[in-house]
Amino acid sequence: MSAPSLTPSKAESSRRTPPRAAGDASPGSPFAKSLRRNLTAHGFLVGAVLCFAFFSWYPMVREFLLAFQKTEGGEVSWVGLDNLRTVFNDPAFWQAWRNTLLFTVLALVLGFAVPFAVAVVINEFRHGKGYLRLLVYLPVMLPPVAAVLLFKYLYDPGYGLLNELFGFFGLPEQQWLQDADISMLSVVIASTWMNMGGAALIYLAALQGIPGELYEAAELDGAGLFRKIWHVTIPQTRLILSLMLLMQIIATMQVFVEPFLLTGGAGPEGSTTTVVYLIYQYAFNFNNYGAAAALGLLLLVILAGFSAVYVKLSRAENE
Amino acid sequence: MSTRTLISPAQLARPRGKAVYWVTFAVVVGGFTLVFLGPLYWMISSGFKDAQEVIQTPPTLVPGSFEPANYTRAWDVMDLSGLLFNTLYYAFGALAFQLVLDVAAAYSLSRLRPVLGKAILGMMLATLMIPATVLVVPQYLTVLDVPIFERNLLNTPWAIWLPSVTNAFNIFLLKRFFDSIPKELLDAAAMDGASPLRTLWSIVLPISRPILGVVSIFAIVGVWKDFLWPMLTLPDPAKQTLNVGIYSLSNGVPVNVLIAALTIASLPTLLIFLIFQRNIMSGLTAGGLKG
Repeated sequence: MSAPSLTPSKAESSRRTPPRAAGDASPGSPFAKSLRRNLTAHGFLVGAVLCFAFFSWYPMVREFLLAFQKTEGGEVSWVGLDNLRTVFNDPAFWQAWRNTLLFTVLALVLGFAVPFAVAVVINEFRHGKGYLRLLVYLPVMLPPVAAVLLFKYLYDPGYGLLNELFGFFGLPEQQWLQDADISMLSVVIASTWMNMGGAALIYLAALQGIPGELYEAAELDGAGLFRKIWHVTIPQTRLILSLMLLMQIIATMQVFVEPFLLTGGAGPEGSTTTVVYLIYQYAFNFNNYGAAAALGLLLLVILAGFSAVYVKLSRAENE
Repeated sequence: MSTRTLISPAQLARPRGKAVYWVTFAVVVGGFTLVFLGPLYWMISSGFKDAQEVIQTPPTLVPGSFEPANYTRAWDVMDLSGLLFNTLYYAFGALAFQLVLDVAAAYSLSRLRPVLGKAILGMMLATLMIPATVLVVPQYLTVLDVPIFERNLLNTPWAIWLPSVTNAFNIFLLKRFFDSIPKELLDAAAMDGASPLRTLWSIVLPISRPILGVVSIFAIVGVWKDFLWPMLTLPDPAKQTLNVGIYSLSNGVPVNVLIAALTIASLPTLLIFLIFQRNIMSGLTAGGLKG
């Protein structure tokens, strides 16, 4: 694959310009003109379109085909809904969905409410806003492996800092990642720490767009702090809140890296096996691409609903 | 900026309001510093502890031992220079591909308006609706054996570079920016006989510096942070990225050396962020919602 040169050199552009300028000056038929214009335009497009064709569009089609095929020893055969049946009959299937839902719900409680609260608080300050914004976004810039292994170390039941803190406050020490009951919560806490910066910044930007008169009017009506939040702040940011909610659902249902790195994927008693980890296992541990694709398709169908609502809402926001 | 927010200025001006404000402020600044900077401090300082101290209970806040050699050991044992070089190579390669191909595509869609341009843009944007993880398996199979070319891209940088171009969000962001450039400016260039390439190079790109900066930072940070895709497509340890390399070696090295390695791996993106934080923040809040 040869890419167009990164820097169109002076020589190149001056070499190209004269003939084209001459061509434009000469009275060609409208058809020839439009053809030439289109050729140039498509020339600019072709590199990106080829990349999309090979690495996005073709894989999209292939995902559908794979879900109904079986590959054995290089032989591809159609198996209809067999892959889906395999997936449904896997005892890990329901557990993975339960875990993924648990992760999504926990991540929404923590990862949705916390950044919003943080943004509301930061927005009230007259000082140090820049510093606080910087702090919240800092973990987003860490490579995930660094952030996750750091948390693994903080969670360590032997020498981890978190248990030390718990002990200091007289709380019972926890097994964090080794305890099937709270392993998912531990993963969500780490994940929220790593990822909340982006959401908090977007909320902050939205909060700055609320007209101050609305708060004044609410005060005249005798509204206290919480009623102002409930009746002004939240309604005024409703559209962005709902967009972020949808985006969070779409993102958290695809969680993979955090459980994979923190607990090796499955976790104690399979308590952190997520749907995407199951897809990963089918494809790359069991070499069953058909089952992986079938499960992927299932996830796609569920998330497509959320995506459609998201696109509708964001169009409304743009207008 | 002094826009009116939740709490009224009058309320803040009162002595009680002032006291509450400063107490909350101190608690929040202290709490945030602890929560967000604390683990980072913990990481950097633990990298200096000796093997005994790093796993001792109770943990020490200030390292009692001082072993900067952990950092050099991490550098040597985990071949961090190699991993770092690989990551930079992939990141800047991906950046180059995205800048050339995505900018050209966005320019064409925005300004040259080819036949079927709308349909192509629609198909590109449609990829945003497909959850990325769903495509990992068929994408991986494509990389194993690229159709028509019949090439195996496993363990080659192409496996990172080419898929990075399929960033519909970037193209959308660039197109929207190009759309906002006044038409008269480009018409004047055309009148002077400038070719589309010349117009792009001499007029559009210089105006678009802010958006190019944002796209560039996202492109680099994207490769820097990616984990699953490089893990799948670069199984050869000599070709891996920092993320994957550190992960696959993480069980074989002592804790203090591992933590030193994590610190080293975190520094580049943290530095990029601290230097360019203004651009990143504005880029995030300008186009952040359409991800």
